[in-house]
Amino acid sequence: MRRVTTFSQIVRTCEEKKWKFADYFLHQEMEWRRRNGEDSSPETILEKMDINLRVMESSVKEGINGVQSYSGLTGYDATRLNTYRSEKASLGQSIYLDAVVNAIAINEVNASMGLICATPTAGSCGVVPGILLAAREHLKLNRRQQLDFLITSGGCGLMIGNLASISGAEGGCQAEIGSASGMAAAALAEAAGGSPRASSNALAIAIKGLLGLVCDPVASLVEVPCIKRNATGVVNAITAAEMALAGMLSRIPTDEVISAMYSVGQLMPSALRETALGGLAQTPTARRYTRELKQTGKITWQDSKKLPSSE
Amino acid sequence: MAKFHSIFDIIGPIMIGPSSSHTAGAVRIGLASRAIFGEMPENVQITFFGSFAHTYKGHGTDLALIGGLLGLSTANPDLRYAYDRAKESGMKVKIVTSKEKMKHPNTAEVRMTRGSRTVSVTGISTGGGSIDLVEIDGFNVHVHNDNPVVLIFHMDRPGVIASVTHIIGKHRLNISQMEVSRKTKGKLALMLIATDGDIPDDTLEEISAVEHVVQIIDLSEIRREPDAAKALMAKGAAQ
Repeated sequence: MRRVTTFSQIVRTCEEKKWKFADYFLHQEMEWRRRNGEDSSPETILEKMDINLRVMESSVKEGINGVQSYSGLTGYDATRLNTYRSEKASLGQSIYLDAVVNAIAINEVNASMGLICATPTAGSCGVVPGILLAAREHLKLNRRQQLDFLITSGGCGLMIGNLASISGAEGGCQAEIGSASGMAAAALAEAAGGSPRASSNALAIAIKGLLGLVCDPVASLVEVPCIKRNATGVVNAITAAEMALAGMLSRIPTDEVISAMYSVGQLMPSALRETALGGLAQTPTARRYTRELKQTGKITWQDSKKLPSSE
Repeated sequence: MAKFHSIFDIIGPIMIGPSSSHTAGAVRIGLASRAIFGEMPENVQITFFGSFAHTYKGHGTDLALIGGLLGLSTANPDLRYAYDRAKESGMKVKIVTSKEKMKHPNTAEVRMTRGSRTVSVTGISTGGGSIDLVEIDGFNVHVHNDNPVVLIFHMDRPGVIASVTHIIGKHRLNISQMEVSRKTKGKLALMLIATDGDIPDDTLEEISAVEHVVQIIDLSEIRREPDAAKALMAKGAAQ
């Protein structure tokens, strides 16, 4: 199989062969492993992906039970959200809320030195699984469809990483949460029955929505604003998938959107690319947290263990 | 040129958070140091430089490095309790930060002592959980965790290098990178050999029999380590 390098080529190949993105990326993975002398059977690949999925499931469970970050700055927000969902859900139940609970849970586990699966990075590890574990309930996805969701996400991330970047130090947060959101949007559109063209459009719309997002981690930690931005990535992805499933088209082709993301990353000053020298990281409060962390090894902003009573 | 080839470069690795460079990379520096020392040290002094010195507390970089020294993998949830585990194992740990400017911001020096024996290792975390070792026991080196690497300590005598490379060639193994360094002429020297495939144990034994070869350290452990994470998951640690 010829190794194609653009989304427009992938969509065309899928249309010719009547493939989904997941079929395409599974074949690509088999080809890569065969060339590398590794076991290239689909069963092995699916089994390997299933291990990743099990880690995602365990992270959500752990996060909802309640974890605090190692620094002390964040924690127990997934528990808050989960309680809110089951007791009030003032805006009603939705796939959005379910996915947000999962995404916050997973990223809080990451900050607590818990076990996670990077997707594509540790700081953005809540977006793709957050949506998958919500969508599988709402769309009644079987195990194979769930693994296909991850294969499509992974394949799209591979494309973005090679055409642009998935590193906050290189491209800012748009490269981490933005990429994760694009990956999840494409996979969600596909899981909901959308065509490869719809997935490609979902990815483009999602990336455009977060274009220019800076990486400005408070006290250099993977916590603020990272954890809540995983929720931003989730709602952005679901919305992009909805638009693409409705037949809306990105006026700028997907490949050009990804190039634009790369060039925005290049233009972004280094103060806004993970160095904690700008943005939220340089606010007076953030500087106070940074000093406190340096002096005491912990940050105390409140007793985060105490869950607020439903005021 | 494509940076990523496999979907598992994107969906994965399975790791302990919060940061691949400040946590997973630090575990690997610890694992590599332990492999080089070859036994559990009684005393360890860890010096953090640059970004590591500024942010190690919030990222648990100290826990990660100590965990690695105790042999814990990048996916072992016990990393959180590394100080307790060190105490239980009788390993005393001292953390120091340095303002000294290093070439790479994420640099850590590990000084391990047992009895009268002391060995130092300096590693850098280059991103995504990858590491380089830049100093081993006073020798400047460049070890990357992509290839199988073997360290051979030997006396600085004519013919030793030729004898060792001859054995490797005889077993049809290809050397991808090689470094030779010494501190003093005629004294202890270090040969670093990276190969395209793992060097089998019997070949290593043959090398250790070469005259003037003092010690061989196989660093393949730091490469195999991600598989340990998979094994952990397969055992159902996620349940």
